[in-house]
Amino acid sequence: MSFHGEIVKNGLWNQNPVLGQMLGLCSLLAISTSTVNAVSLGIATIMVMGMSNLIISSLRSFIPYEIRIPVFILIIAALVTVVDLSFNAWLHDLYLVLGIFIPLIVVNCIVLARVEAFAAKNPVGVSVLDGLWMGIGFVWVIGLLGAIREFVGQGTILSGIEMVIPGSHGIQVLPDDYPGFLLAMLPPGAFFVLGLMIAGRNWLDARANERAKAQLVRHTQTQS
Amino acid sequence: MKESVRISFSSAVVLVLFTLVFTGLMAATYQATKPLLDASAQAEKLKLINEILPPASYDNDLLADAVELPLLKELGATGATKLYRARKAGEPVALVLEAAAPDGYAGRIGLVLAMTADGRVTAVRVTGHKETPGLGDYIDPKKDKNKASPWIAQFNGQGYDLALGGRWKVTKDGGEFAYRTGATISARAVANASGKAVIWAAENRAKLFALPAGASLEEVEK
Repeated sequence: MSFHGEIVKNGLWNQNPVLGQMLGLCSLLAISTSTVNAVSLGIATIMVMGMSNLIISSLRSFIPYEIRIPVFILIIAALVTVVDLSFNAWLHDLYLVLGIFIPLIVVNCIVLARVEAFAAKNPVGVSVLDGLWMGIGFVWVIGLLGAIREFVGQGTILSGIEMVIPGSHGIQVLPDDYPGFLLAMLPPGAFFVLGLMIAGRNWLDARANERAKAQLVRHTQTQS
Repeated sequence: MKESVRISFSSAVVLVLFTLVFTGLMAATYQATKPLLDASAQAEKLKLINEILPPASYDNDLLADAVELPLLKELGATGATKLYRARKAGEPVALVLEAAAPDGYAGRIGLVLAMTADGRVTAVRVTGHKETPGLGDYIDPKKDKNKASPWIAQFNGQGYDLALGGRWKVTKDGGEFAYRTGATISARAVANASGKAVIWAAENRAKLFALPAGASLEEVEK
């Protein structure tokens, strides 16, 4: 498999920031109360990850190894502040949707982890790709988590979409008198759903391993 | 030993340089965006006010016609707040004031309301809250699932006599306003806080309209 294909696969599945590396859980658990919130935070994260990987991999030869962590944090924090202010000033409509999530990204350890593990050691191009694909890996997991919690907790799909696309509206799937399931909306519910998702991923991986092994055995049997 | 001192020193210099460069970058961005940010903050405030007070009902520069209010416990305030006055052809039309409910289910609930010169509330809006998503957050019409008649619309057009008679409360407390089962506290907090603000504004409205723009209520009372 090509190096780029490897980056894509790592971001989406093998080293998925949430299901594989289990990073950035604080913002993940807090924000995933609805699909729209979750995906909005995810998109803001993709942008910051792409940019921080870009800047740090281009400056990597100037950063002394001993003080790399404080320098990384400094750069990420400055970058998030600049993104936050620029969005507010020039892309105000989008800021009204994503704005409250942007400062949260500073504390998201995925950003620092990818900078430390990848961008500090690799050329600019692949580092940006790594940032983007890790971000996309974060989005699909947080989006699914948000969708499950929203459906179980409120019986709706895509509620709040009118904040992103004016004129559209969320869908009430369960009847209007659905009392809601408060636990799903609170942080413990997020832990339960995330736990189930991680178990699901482990089960799928275990099954794939099992099959690969069975195939290998069959293969050797036919050869012998 | 000497080598380690040299490394520490050069690391410190590099860190200082990075700090200077990136602080400079942030300062430059802040300076470049500040006028735009101030303008959009004003526009947002006006947009919220337009939701509770029809823009056609007044013709003055509302945000400029402000009065400083001292810390007032009737408004649940924690500091000085501002009150805006709407006028048409110089005649008083309405007061726009902020209030807060200290006793929400999860902390304070910020409110803004407009009251006409004859003591009628045009509308109440929630400006900030931390109520449980999907449960108590129906006090904010953006989160209210009943879009046709959101919960907060019950306050529209109510007169201050209702508050004076002690009926500006949720029905559970013997008042006029409905609440949603399972989330009484949020509704009760909003009703009680807006009721207190309504009484205060109704009793002081003549004095409030008479103050010159930019004046503080406190100075005048002294």
